Amino acid sequence: MAKPNQPPLPSILIANDLLDGEVLFRTVSGWSPAVADALVAEDLATARQLEAEAAAATRRQEVVDAYLVEIARDAAGRPVPTHYRERIKTLGPSHRPDLGKQAAEAPAAGR
Amino acid sequence: MYRYDEFDERFVRERVAQFRDQVARRLDGSLTEEEFKPLRLRNGVYLQLHAYMLRIAVPYGTLSGRQLRQLALIAERYDRGYGHFTTRQNIQFNWPKLRDVPAILDLLADVEMHCIQTSGNCIRNVTADHFAGVAADEVEDPRPTAELIRQWSTNHPEFCYLPRKFKVAVTGAEEDRAAIGVHDVGLRLLRHPETGALGYRVLVGGGLGRTPIVGKVVREFLPKAELLAYLEAVMRVYNAEGRRDNKYKARVKILVHELGEEEFARRVEAEFAQLDGPSINADPEEVARIAAYFAPPAYESLPARSARLEAAKATNPALAGFVTTNVFPHRVPGYAAVTVSLKLIGGAPGDATAEQMRAVADLAERYSFDELRVSHHQNLVLPHVRQDDLPAVFAALAAAGLATANVGLVTDIIACPGLDYCALATARSIPIAQSVAERFRDPVRQQEIGPLNIKISGCINACGHHHVGHIGILGLEKNGIENYQITLGGDASEKTALGERLGPGIAAEEVPEAIERLVEVYLAARGAGESFIDTTRRIGLEPFKAAFQSFARKEVQDAAA
Repeated sequence: MAKPNQPPLPSILIANDLLDGEVLFRTVSGWSPAVADALVAEDLATARQLEAEAAAATRRQEVVDAYLVEIARDAAGRPVPTHYRERIKTLGPSHRPDLGKQAAEAPAAGR
Repeated sequence: MYRYDEFDERFVRERVAQFRDQVARRLDGSLTEEEFKPLRLRNGVYLQLHAYMLRIAVPYGTLSGRQLRQLALIAERYDRGYGHFTTRQNIQFNWPKLRDVPAILDLLADVEMHCIQTSGNCIRNVTADHFAGVAADEVEDPRPTAELIRQWSTNHPEFCYLPRKFKVAVTGAEEDRAAIGVHDVGLRLLRHPETGALGYRVLVGGGLGRTPIVGKVVREFLPKAELLAYLEAVMRVYNAEGRRDNKYKARVKILVHELGEEEFARRVEAEFAQLDGPSINADPEEVARIAAYFAPPAYESLPARSARLEAAKATNPALAGFVTTNVFPHRVPGYAAVTVSLKLIGGAPGDATAEQMRAVADLAERYSFDELRVSHHQNLVLPHVRQDDLPAVFAALAAAGLATANVGLVTDIIACPGLDYCALATARSIPIAQSVAERFRDPVRQQEIGPLNIKISGCINACGHHHVGHIGILGLEKNGIENYQITLGGDASEKTALGERLGPGIAAEEVPEAIERLVEVYLAARGAGESFIDTTRRIGLEPFKAAFQSFARKEVQDAAA
């Protein structure tokens, strides 16, 4: 667990797109709807940069509700939030696999 | 049904235009999120986990076929083909894009609908008995009262910035189907025991959430004509003295609790005496104009018993079962109210697809004087169906996958959206409802168990009304895992009661078995014809606690082993 006022590590920056509300992840160069593209902060300096970017992107009217989320890596090395709330946020409603990001990823994974 | 006059129409259209401009300014950067948030909330737009959410008002739960069709159109055009009916008789869409919301509001305005008073610290959309105008135990249809309060409270300049949200429910019946005991204000229409005049019993300070409290009667009889002045007095006392320093202590229930109900009532009466009643109370002509919209439809003269229905039931056990659970007696001979259960086994409580909405709209138009209701149990109601038509209505519902015969039974579960959608939730609700419904899916067994209300909330805000469930389930987080507290003995009826916790929280996968144990205690202890809640009241919590705790302990031991 992160200490007070300390960003969680390792972590990614998660937000909702201002226009359509979709969950987005901060990448090295912008925002992506895919968690696999997320830039992972492994150290405090990178996490601080992501925090600064959260504030800046909010000011630029790109996103809303931007915050850092602690992650672990899955077998393929992709970031997976450690908390169930954020996992649901990166996937979609758990009772509706046909909706949310999981819907787009499931067929792709099956191919 | 109420129809907009020129003022209603203009007001709603202006609000759409204002919000379109506010969205444009948000998108071009002139408004920050901080500035925009209170504006979007005043128009029903929330930001949830995966997307924005739009909450649409269904005043006192009454809809026409045309309105439900429009909701179906919005579901298809701007959402993901479905909507969610809520415990406040409203409907929510889970996936709208912010840029599309003004267009959605236009479509709503076309059918006299809007999202006003579905959010924010204002007097919220007023709810009412879903069997209004139907029930035999009703002294008067509560909807003219609810509509009057809607008109009075909409944009009331004095009450736009209350300490917190404010919810009003109205019933005109002896049996409380509107849960008036757990609203900020609950109104019960009744006749004065001596004069026979119509008036209201006024309850104030009920509510669920983190501090559940049953409302207190502050006025045993308020003459009907004095309603608005009295409500204004209640609102003034609350607006002036309700706490603004702590959001969790800002509801009127806390004020009533802190002052004591007698002192609160005294202050309301003092304010009421100061007010100029005639300038606030509604003009009798306006009251009559509103009431005329709710005049009973043109019923036919029919025999009390339908030979056609009886013959059909005799040959169709599925229809007979459906009539037993989903059909409510109508005050008018030969008619019935049909509850369309949105609690399909395997579905999400309260969800309906666009196709299902159209199917119900068709039935309302063809068989129910073009009227339907949303119940706070998250079901739909066809309020005025000829008993002769019940076989045809049942067949049409079955064809649409909407003939689930479980109203009031163990699988008719109220559940908030929970963490599958809601940004405030601490745990999921829908999968819990699904696993419990799956466990008790056998219709014969459901009938055998009889009336049993299970209510599930995914956080302490209690949108799923868990405190007043016969069995309540509250989802919390414990050490990074979802954990569920079980309460027993709650009651949303006129015998309002808050459930008590049975023991430690349990894991999600243990919930169906825990419910099973409670049902076993009931089945072993019940007297002839005694319902779950009646047995609970008679034998008390202890036998249930013992069964629950021995189950919970065993689960903990097994997990440790």
